[in-house]
Amino acid sequence: MPAYLAAAWLSGTTVAVAAAVAGFFIVRKNAAFFAHALPKAGFAGAAGAVFLGVNPLYGLAVFAVGGALAVSRLEKREQGDVATALTLVAALGAGALFLVLTGRYATGAYALLFGQIVGVTGAQVLATAGVGALCLLAVAFLYRPLLLVTHAREVAEARGLPVGLVETGFLLVTALAVTVAVPVAGALLSFSLLIGPAAAANHLTCRPGKAMALSVVFSLLTVWLSLTLAYLTGWPTGFFVSAVVAGLYLGTRALAAASRI
Amino acid sequence: MSMWAGFWQSPEVHGALALGAVVAAVSGVIGVFVVLRGQSFAGHALADIGGAGAAGAFLAGVNSLWGFLLFGLLGAVGVELLGRRARERDLATGIVLALALGVEALLLYFDTRLAGGAQAPMLVLFGSVFVVAPSTVRVVAVLSLVTAAVTGALYRPLLLCSIEPELAVTRGIPVTLVSLVFILLLAVVVEEGSLVVGALLSTGLLIGPAAAAVRLTAKTGWAMFWAALLGVAAVWAGVFLAYGSYRWPPGGHGWPVSFFTAALILVFYLAARLGTGSRQGA
Repeated sequence: MPAYLAAAWLSGTTVAVAAAVAGFFIVRKNAAFFAHALPKAGFAGAAGAVFLGVNPLYGLAVFAVGGALAVSRLEKREQGDVATALTLVAALGAGALFLVLTGRYATGAYALLFGQIVGVTGAQVLATAGVGALCLLAVAFLYRPLLLVTHAREVAEARGLPVGLVETGFLLVTALAVTVAVPVAGALLSFSLLIGPAAAANHLTCRPGKAMALSVVFSLLTVWLSLTLAYLTGWPTGFFVSAVVAGLYLGTRALAAASRI
Repeated sequence: MSMWAGFWQSPEVHGALALGAVVAAVSGVIGVFVVLRGQSFAGHALADIGGAGAAGAFLAGVNSLWGFLLFGLLGAVGVELLGRRARERDLATGIVLALALGVEALLLYFDTRLAGGAQAPMLVLFGSVFVVAPSTVRVVAVLSLVTAAVTGALYRPLLLCSIEPELAVTRGIPVTLVSLVFILLLAVVVEEGSLVVGALLSTGLLIGPAAAAVRLTAKTGWAMFWAALLGVAAVWAGVFLAYGSYRWPPGGHGWPVSFFTAALILVFYLAARLGTGSRQGA
């Protein structure tokens, strides 16, 4: 296997695991719009970093975290979806400015939006693994309180859990997963991995531990299958990721509906 | 002085101001319903879904408007059919959007490989208010009139379905049909916006002015008026500032209309929020 393929395989695997684990909570919290908005905000941040001449990963992380905090701040006196939409518009407005001022309009933006999994370097593999591990650690730490806050908010409050802090923890975990996923999978398609496998897993089981494990399995299958198909056909990886994810979602949904009858 | 004389005489500027105003006004009116119904995600997703159609239209060599509209309407039907149950709505929207984005990635790949259009991705993603063809202007005008007329005809049942769905059901209003017609209307408005001002401002003009307007007044009709007015103001000021920004640093090119308009929309929203915050309480 050539070195660039090994790098793509390794980083793709890390992204698959991080996205599936964060995605489990995203789906349980019905936060699909949020999961779509954060990678796009991150894309705008990366464009800003390119404009300033620093590592795009920093811009990505800053905008992903900043976007998450902005949504949670706006949400206090606004519908969640409106808060998300406004944060997205703010980030993308800034992104449009950065892109035009940088002047490297076409190629740079295309790579950030749709990802360049085959162009991943050795250093990027390490960075991806590091942030991915951080994301998993945070989920392990937050798992029980976050599950309680998600499914029984009143109980969590009554037990004296710091609900606000746990919610912020969830936002930061999502931001971390986004930071891992965007450079590899692209801003537009990270979203497919964040929600698709977890939504499919949720159709098959209600038990949290099982659903999370299933979500990771689906996510790994999606990424590995997509990388293989992309290698064989030369078509973009993102197309296969989306197609596999949509197929998994519709298939498990049909299965769940059939078993209910 | 001469620069601003050029501004008022340039046909591109006239076109941008007129088209931008039409799109902003229609988006503001529909946007109030979008905010009331909590469908911001669908409103934004349809803009992105249309982009896949535009990439396809570029490949087929037809006007991108038809690609935007075809995918927008298909996407709207998909979102509505898959997301009937409230709990599943956001996820269903997300899956349809993910599929469309995947198809877009493939079509853009073919655009750059086969049609040789390296600029295609950027035009599709960030449309420009200055480069709309005259034939498109007429289509956009007709579509806007049709959507405005249908919205007017549906106003009362739609409002009832949006605010009191249970009451609408007991009064015998076909709620499912009304929400299907609404999302199709929404698709037409959003795709017009994506074509004329790009996907970013399509969402901005749909949600921002409406979210500000529903804070300014409790009457839906007035909220629509304010949303349309704020939207038009943001677009006009955006075009104006973008034209003036050619002299700003770092030089060489102007700042984009989408940046100014998005910034103004947010300023309007935050001002409305601050202004009404004390009365509503935290």
